[in-house]
Amino acid sequence: MTAANITVSETPLVLYTLRRADDALILGHRLSEWCGHAPMLEEDMALANMGLDLLGQARELYSYAARVEGRGNDEDKFAYLRDVRQYRNLLLLEQPNGDFARTMVRQFFYATFADLFWRAMMHSSDPTLAAIAAKSEKESAYHVRHSSEWIVRLGDGTEESHRRAQEAIDELWAFTGEMFETCDSERGLIDAGIAIDPATLRAPWLKTVSDVVREATLALPSNDWMQQGGRSGRHSEHLGHLLSELQSMPRTFPGATW
Amino acid sequence: MATPNIPLWEVFIRSRNGLAHKHVGSLHATDATLALQAARDIYTRRGEGISIWVVPSNAITASDPSEKGMMFEPAESKIYRHPTFYDVPDEVGHM
Amino acid sequence: MYTQALNSSDGDERHVEDAERAAQFQARIDADERIEPNDWMPAAYRKTLTRQISQHAHSEIVGMLPEGNWITRAPSLRRKAALLAKVQDECGHGLYLYAAAETLGTSREELVDLMLAGKAKYSSIFNYPTLTWADIGTIGWLVDGAAIMNQIPLCRCSYGPYARAMIRVCKEESFHQRQGFEIMVTLCRGTEEQKAMAQDALNRWWWPVLMMFGPPDQASQHSDTSTKWKIKRFSNDELRQKFVDATVPQAQFLGLSIPDPGMKQNEAGNWEYSAIDWDEFKQVLAGNGPCNRDRLAARRKAHDDGAWVRDAALAYAEKRRQRATLQAAE
Ligand SMILES: [Fe+2]
Ligand SMILES: [Fe+2]
Ligand SMILES: [Fe+2]
Repeated sequence: MTAANITVSETPLVLYTLRRADDALILGHRLSEWCGHAPMLEEDMALANMGLDLLGQARELYSYAARVEGRGNDEDKFAYLRDVRQYRNLLLLEQPNGDFARTMVRQFFYATFADLFWRAMMHSSDPTLAAIAAKSEKESAYHVRHSSEWIVRLGDGTEESHRRAQEAIDELWAFTGEMFETCDSERGLIDAGIAIDPATLRAPWLKTVSDVVREATLALPSNDWMQQGGRSGRHSEHLGHLLSELQSMPRTFPGATW
Repeated sequence: MATPNIPLWEVFIRSRNGLAHKHVGSLHATDATLALQAARDIYTRRGEGISIWVVPSNAITASDPSEKGMMFEPAESKIYRHPTFYDVPDEVGHM
Repeated sequence: MYTQALNSSDGDERHVEDAERAAQFQARIDADERIEPNDWMPAAYRKTLTRQISQHAHSEIVGMLPEGNWITRAPSLRRKAALLAKVQDECGHGLYLYAAAETLGTSREELVDLMLAGKAKYSSIFNYPTLTWADIGTIGWLVDGAAIMNQIPLCRCSYGPYARAMIRVCKEESFHQRQGFEIMVTLCRGTEEQKAMAQDALNRWWWPVLMMFGPPDQASQHSDTSTKWKIKRFSNDELRQKFVDATVPQAQFLGLSIPDPGMKQNEAGNWEYSAIDWDEFKQVLAGNGPCNRDRLAARRKAHDDGAWVRDAALAYAEKRRQRATLQAAE
């Protein structure tokens, strides 16, 4: 016997909150995979700190989604009892860690977006989201700092690190467009001042990213084809494996408390 | 092949406003910016600090313990530098 | 907080090491004074401490692996965050301890290289596998519990930097054991299957945990001088007994049975345990434990895969230095 998926009634606010929660959980989980395996002890500490920040964000967002939904779900049911098609995170964040350059570029692309996003969300007319935003913004600001310092060092370090960093940018670039997309269900929230239109974040995001990438002697790809699907549950193959690991305990022992 | 050494830094943290920075430990980093970030990630995880200094360990000049006598004992006999050396009548109160 | 450079004069001091200095040194130790990095110390004291502190550091770092094995599978988000924070703490402990060892004049890189080459030891306990979630509870409860018992006296060790590192470590350890015990309590109050999982974990970890305290007193090589130098304040057997006495009531509270049917309480109130299988201990130390190869391979892989990152950061720092010099010259 295995535990069955929960059903979620994805009203616009529940869906909006779950999307951000899934982003934080999936990236936090990826970062936690580094624990014990980082290039030096100092980075092991840093990656775990960022992972813990994101796990904390995910838990608050899931709990809020559960309250809004009001159907007896909770943070763990959302995390452990939805399958790939029910997950709503950005494709970028489920991409495997790869080498340290891949992890840092993924972090840099997302954190730069997340920092702008949370800063804007501090003015949300939804007080809970505004409070989560205020806390998360401080965390993501540090993630931007940390990852951009590494982008510069990898890009302007050795020939090998430059090559790896450029490869990471080229490989992950096509996943960045999804961050700025909106779907119909979000329109009403945006109009009500609860959510923000991520399209407005694209220009400042590109400015920060271009500045750092230039300083790192790296280049952004000219290819502008962008992958999409994470927000509506059409994921890469990687997410299923991540979830089978993440969810193995509650799936194997249905109903148990840990 | 031996692993190349990454420079050592000393970390000083001010735990609260009004207190001096205090030495808390060391770390390895290739430059000052990374050292500062690492200090934050390693030594302030439980809210231990509000300000950090990092100093390259090799920039510290330490006194020589074998000169302890010459360096520090002369101060021990200067008891007149301490307030308790002086008698003030009780009636005067705290001074 | 002293650099390798500051300590490099110790090389020539060793030639003039004489009975008088050694006697003065011992007198300081006897008077419970702390020894600091630049103080004169016997070469053997330096060597013993370098070995002990670096082994301790290696243990913290290798010790991340068995528990790290469950971070991605922790059964709730609360447990996941706690476990990640706990394993991260162990990384911090390794880092503080390497720094303490470095004050004795050997760099972290050299010490790590020795470990990766299989020439330095780390605690035998981390060569056992974590098979179920109950192992995570058991490690926190017993392995961290044993470590704390070992580490509290080290906070008063004669070597200042080691003692200070241990004070910081012990402060951070305080949540580790409670985290593990809470997992055990939850399992033991859970389903039959969960309780069986807890008992199975205790059965597998009990004897290896007792071995963590090291060989019995009559067989221990380093104890005499370590005691004289106040590096060690209790013997292996004393600490082991203290641990067993503290643990038995906890196991009783959980409703778990310690896998030692011959165990009994003596008149003094101490729990007498059966003979420990020291052959198993020797085999694990010799590299033949169930996970020795995996642990070393994982640390080597992290080290090798990280080389280009460390090189990049060093190269960048060097470039920046050169640019600054050029600018200054202009
Ligand atoms: Fe530890
Ligand atoms: Fe611990
Ligand atoms: Fe330890």
